[in-house]
Amino acid sequence: MTPAPLSALFLREIRAARRIGGGGTMGVVFFLILVTIVPFAIGPDLNLLSRIGPAILWIAALLATLLGLDRLFQADHEDGSLDLMLTGDTPLELIVLVKCLAHWTVTGLPLVVAAPLFGLMLALEPEALFGVTISLLAGTPALGMLGAIGAALTVTLRRGGLLMAILVLPLAIPVLIFGVSAAGAANSATTPFMTPFLILCALSLATLAAAPFAVAAALRHMSE
Amino acid sequence: MTDRMEKAPFPETRLIASGLTLRRGDRLLVEGLDFDLANGQALIVTGPNGTGKSTLLRGLAGFLPPARGRVRGIFAGEEERGAGALAHYLGHVEGSKPALTARENLHFWQSMLALPGLGSGLSPDEALTQLGVPQVAGLPVAYLSAGQKRRVGLARLLIAPRPIWILDEPLTALDAAGQDLLNAMLRDHLAAGGLIVAATHAPLAIAARQLSLGSREVAA
Amino acid sequence: MLKYANPTFFLGLAGRLLPWLAGATALTLAIGMWGAFFYAPADYQQGQTVRIMYIHVPSAWLAMFCYATMAASALGTLVWRHPLADAAQKAAAPIGAVFTFVCLVTGSLWGKPMWGTWWVWDARLTSVLVLFVIYLGLIALWQTIEDSSRAARAAAILTLVGVINLPIIKFSVDWWNTLHQPASVFRMDGPTIAPSMLWPLLVMGIAFTLLFTTLHVMSTRNEILRRRLRRLAIQAAAGEAQARPAHRLSTSESAP
Repeated sequence: MTPAPLSALFLREIRAARRIGGGGTMGVVFFLILVTIVPFAIGPDLNLLSRIGPAILWIAALLATLLGLDRLFQADHEDGSLDLMLTGDTPLELIVLVKCLAHWTVTGLPLVVAAPLFGLMLALEPEALFGVTISLLAGTPALGMLGAIGAALTVTLRRGGLLMAILVLPLAIPVLIFGVSAAGAANSATTPFMTPFLILCALSLATLAAAPFAVAAALRHMSE
Repeated sequence: MTDRMEKAPFPETRLIASGLTLRRGDRLLVEGLDFDLANGQALIVTGPNGTGKSTLLRGLAGFLPPARGRVRGIFAGEEERGAGALAHYLGHVEGSKPALTARENLHFWQSMLALPGLGSGLSPDEALTQLGVPQVAGLPVAYLSAGQKRRVGLARLLIAPRPIWILDEPLTALDAAGQDLLNAMLRDHLAAGGLIVAATHAPLAIAARQLSLGSREVAA
Repeated sequence: MLKYANPTFFLGLAGRLLPWLAGATALTLAIGMWGAFFYAPADYQQGQTVRIMYIHVPSAWLAMFCYATMAASALGTLVWRHPLADAAQKAAAPIGAVFTFVCLVTGSLWGKPMWGTWWVWDARLTSVLVLFVIYLGLIALWQTIEDSSRAARAAAILTLVGVINLPIIKFSVDWWNTLHQPASVFRMDGPTIAPSMLWPLLVMGIAFTLLFTTLHVMSTRNEILRRRLRRLAIQAAAGEAQARPAHRLSTSESAP
């Protein structure tokens, strides 16, 4: 097994994503809309917004990540690519990992880049901006990998998006807890930053290592 | 056409089904099937709709684990993990990404499906030329007609040499010229020592063993 | 072992066992109820409301026990692809959801006099709420995927992912709770429980476990029968007197 198939797969994913719906821009626009509607719901009080800003950004990023994932494997299932990949020499687990990495590069990374900008609209302090951005950078891979499990389980369903959210959101609670804690702790003297941040990194690394096996098993069973 | 295929003949390859029993949902579709295909041999699967032709092919390709029995692929004297690893599978959809061009799609499958030791096949452009659609190479697959998509799917069989071809209704969407091209391709593959299992309603112009599937009639 | 896992054998066994199981459940439940309502004393602080504990604690225990049953069945589905494991898994999910729901409702009822509010984001209650949502997700997955064997394998994978994830969720909810410690959290681990309250609780625990076993066996049996009916309906629709497949393989090559 050479790395050539995996780099070819990575390029194919990035290309296909860029040509359909402009890749990550849709996710960022959705992110922006979520951030925009929150002040309408709770009022434009800047003190309140800056206090709950990290949480708003994290929930928005969580939803934006999830809602972009439902086509991750479904397109490959429908056009027959998934079957063909099974006949290749490359283990499905690695294919899954590379697909998720490509997906994160196209959709997760833009969210991380946009987060400080949207944080300014929520009157976040510079420390909090940094905290939110770095925690999203560390946490979005875990969200993507957990979402991939949901995407694989619902791969045969026509309208699997809502079900996928129901399945994945409970599993994403730990990521949310430590992500928001790390983001909020950056500008608070009382709570530690490193503890939740390191746990968040651990969650991401653990899902990167373990989730491909669950995803590959689900895809094999679902594509029979 | 034949002289364009300059590939070396395939090493000794066998596709063996023994006691193969396949189940789809609640239905038992294939029971206790035995066959043994060697280099240059073809098996044509026929039968009415719903008798399990596609299921059988998916079972042979390794997508559907058998309820009982097994499928073995033997390549150059060595047992492979499954016949699927030696096979090109062509199903009802071709595995092309609509947003990518035909050439990009074929390049991707070339690196994904190349078997070590069998060398490289035709380049994507050569393969598309051989299938009579050189003009589509730079076009996104979404723009192509059903027949053109089918030809891009068939071109995949030529870019990465694999000894076993598992084809589900390969004639679908092809016009008369396309069907002639396909039949010539199949004959070339057999001549080079390839193996073919094809499910079809329309006859294919190759010498082949026949397998007809259907329910055994028992008086009610 | 495989003999016991045969669906037909299971149906026979279930038919013989169920009356005994149901009887034992009714008996222990009666003893436990009597102990909980008449024998056990009222708490000197909480008064009569402490009696909610005799429902609440066994429900919480069953909420987890039922998940463990599903996880074991999930292994049976994925490793041995056994239809009985599929049915057992599917049957357990709604029962587990109901026990979890009872646990949440009784916790809420107990919380009103104790905390002065119907709901508190206490670590224990929050974890159970997440478990409840996971149960609902599993049931939704079962209902959405048409093909029952495929649904079984999807649910099995999700159940096993949950097995790994539930301790992490529990840990993170605990951590989150200590970070946002509310002032008036009621703690269960106060003084050790008096024997007069302990034994009715244990009997109720046994009674609930028996109740679960009875319901689960009944529900698994229904699921197996439902599948047989479905298979017969499909065969009737196909007009097949008998559904054995056949094939004919020619020995010689036919020329085109």
